[in-house]
Amino acid sequence: MNQESCVRLAESGRVGERLTSIAIWFMASSVACVLLCIIGDLVWHGVAGLSLDFIIAAPARSGREGGVGPILVSTFVVLTIAIAVSMPIGLATAIGLSEFTSRESRFATFVGHGLDLLAAVPSIVFGLFGNALFCNLLGLGYSILAGGLTLACMVLPILARTIEASLRNVPDDYRVASASLGICRARCTASILLPAASSGIVVGLVLGIGRVLAETAALLFTSGYVDRMPRTAMDSGRVLSVHIYDLAMNIPGGTENAYTASLLLVGLLVGINLTASILVRYLFPTQRVV
Amino acid sequence: MNFSYALMLMVSVFSLCGCSPSSSLENTGLSTTQRVDSPATSGLSGKIEVTGSSTIAPLMTEIAKRFESFHPGVRVNVQMGGSSRGITDARQGLADVGMVSRDLKSDEADLKHFEIARDGVCMIVHADNPIGELNRDQVMGIYTRAITNWEDVGGTDAKIVVVNKAEGRSTLEIFLDYFKLKAEQVQADIVIGDNEQGVKTVSTSPAAIGYVSVGTAQYDKDLGTPIKLLSIDGVDASVATVADRTFPISRTLNLVTKDEPTGLVKQFIDFATSADVHDLVRELAFVPLEN
Amino acid sequence: MLATTLVRSAAVFACSIVLLVIAFLAREAWPAISELGPRLLLDESWHPKATASTGTFGIWPMIVGSLAVTAGSVAIAAPVGVSSAVFSEYYAPRVIAVAYRRWVELLAGIPSVVFGFWGLVVLAPLIARISPPGQNLLCGMLIVTIMILPTIMLVVQSTFASVPRIYLAGAVALGMGRWAVIRQVVLPTSRRGIATGVMLGATRAVGETMAVVMVCGNVVKTPQSIFDPVRTLTANMALEMSYAMGMHRNALFASGLILMLVCALAIVSVNVASRRA
Repeated sequence: MNQESCVRLAESGRVGERLTSIAIWFMASSVACVLLCIIGDLVWHGVAGLSLDFIIAAPARSGREGGVGPILVSTFVVLTIAIAVSMPIGLATAIGLSEFTSRESRFATFVGHGLDLLAAVPSIVFGLFGNALFCNLLGLGYSILAGGLTLACMVLPILARTIEASLRNVPDDYRVASASLGICRARCTASILLPAASSGIVVGLVLGIGRVLAETAALLFTSGYVDRMPRTAMDSGRVLSVHIYDLAMNIPGGTENAYTASLLLVGLLVGINLTASILVRYLFPTQRVV
Repeated sequence: MNFSYALMLMVSVFSLCGCSPSSSLENTGLSTTQRVDSPATSGLSGKIEVTGSSTIAPLMTEIAKRFESFHPGVRVNVQMGGSSRGITDARQGLADVGMVSRDLKSDEADLKHFEIARDGVCMIVHADNPIGELNRDQVMGIYTRAITNWEDVGGTDAKIVVVNKAEGRSTLEIFLDYFKLKAEQVQADIVIGDNEQGVKTVSTSPAAIGYVSVGTAQYDKDLGTPIKLLSIDGVDASVATVADRTFPISRTLNLVTKDEPTGLVKQFIDFATSADVHDLVRELAFVPLEN
Repeated sequence: MLATTLVRSAAVFACSIVLLVIAFLAREAWPAISELGPRLLLDESWHPKATASTGTFGIWPMIVGSLAVTAGSVAIAAPVGVSSAVFSEYYAPRVIAVAYRRWVELLAGIPSVVFGFWGLVVLAPLIARISPPGQNLLCGMLIVTIMILPTIMLVVQSTFASVPRIYLAGAVALGMGRWAVIRQVVLPTSRRGIATGVMLGATRAVGETMAVVMVCGNVVKTPQSIFDPVRTLTANMALEMSYAMGMHRNALFASGLILMLVCALAIVSVNVASRRA
């Protein structure tokens, strides 16, 4: 029997319990309704334009016609670079903070503050910073690579903090038991703790992917505005969120396609989240300890 | 021990400076006898970097695509960043061409500029608003809060919602200049950034008044957005009146370069200022310059 | 030994990025700080020009704006997010719980532009019925709340999932009601996870740029009520950066730097306060 069914067995007949139950259901329904409004709005205005041609073709007439083919390619490459760069560093940081330093040490506190502050940096500052560091100083120019690296910086604290929290939530029994078996800390972390924390890793990944796909200002100044199909990661490439911003706020008459592109983005998200979820559970199969 | 790690990592990050910088002026295979407007494949090749105003960026992207279709060996990359970035990047050589959506200031005379289009600035109100025109004094009164209700200028009883543009924007400066206002005198209810934001704000707020680009407003109105362009001092606001110069409030959209352009950049700028792209200019609701 | 070195290096690297960002901001803001100094906080209005003498550079109303939007949105999103996580983990039937969670995960990836747009054309007119125009502090708070809700809910739910079964089984065996179990066993055990989730949400809220530009009204005035328009420091940078030259540009970077300093103070004091508790 798992823990949720434990709680659901708990006595829930009393008045106070009933009232709380109603309140929680009401609140959850309101949240679901608001989300329905937003996504419903997108579907209502955007579904008419959605077609295979829209997904594959290149934009024409400044995006008011044609599709978002090259833009999707740029988006995927930026996403891949951002997650590929930030995942190892975030994972390592989280493991470092949770397993290899004591919670009260000055090092852990300092790094923790640094990560939180990094999470608070506004997206436009990241855009300008990324432009100055990756595009100008490191000479990458407006490129998908610069965009991916900038976004890796943005996503890093989300990944690190979420994975760290989930690692800390793994009961100490696991650590004590593995130590008593003579398993070294690194091995214990890799084989026992990470799989046990896999749900937290999935959450971190989902939030990170969401942040990458949602980010506009940072990518406008780093991966750029060019809507051509990129040939390499050093080419400039517009990502979907920048395209949506352009159509909605910059191009007269672009609102309709902005809705369609947003709907496409939401559809992509569903697919990517599912894939990430399956992938992590495959990489870290959760061992159900009895 | 931790400090040395930090030092080690910072050094390794900065040592990545060895990456090859993108060279933006590779001009090879240029033939001076090649006509720019010939659709046959030409020997031109190279890369042009264009950065600057987000107003001009969509237009330049389309012009760049057409130029590339005539010269398949050329790549023109258009980036946004604002008019100020267009100026600084052109000056520092980070871009070959800068896009500036305002007239150049006196301290920018070191740059060469080329006008590619005109853009008018007009007042807009919600379509349900019965007012069709205002005169200069009324606009001044509304924006300084001397007049607070639509009734006072002949409309319905509703508190006027004043929409202004953010500081530094050229539309703001043109507006202030024409209506003899200072930035400090304007008391707004809402401050907006882009033209489309202005259109959407006014179209969802029945008592609002704002000012945006004429072309954008007219295009959106033709598509059915519930806004109305006001006549100012008796002159209708439309792309036509901006084109024949009867509409008084307008600005030019410019391309700037650091020095007199040569080679590939010159070909591109000549193309962008030629009649070959007038249809693209009209498509994006600007007014082409008839030379 | 190697493992310790690796993970500590990663942690230091992560930290050094934020130091680089602050250094970048400081370098760009330096002319404004050295020439304007306390004028940044004391000037009565924000009408910046390219030279220090011709403009005014008071950013105080915008600091208040940023804090108001962040505080308001966290105040709403934290309880709603925790309740959503409680709902999804303990109250909803399995199928509904999974669907609800996927639904909320979707929100996490929607671009801020889309939220801003929705706020502009749907929410602001709704609020305008109470107090026209609708673009004000309330609208900003609500939009940012919706944006940070997924972060808080997903992190908190993940924490709930790791509450040891023994605690729950024991509490149920003692005859405690469902809500009593949650209130007295689950929530206290999940304190750290909730804190992480709320901190991630709060930092997202303070750094939000595009959505607040479209729904907050952007008037530089200290808000007297939630129906007044506000401008946040991030919106200020986004609105004016593209046209700013000279001292105006430096002052914008200075406002970004001040935002970072305010955040750093807040983060440190929250951590110290939670340690005392």
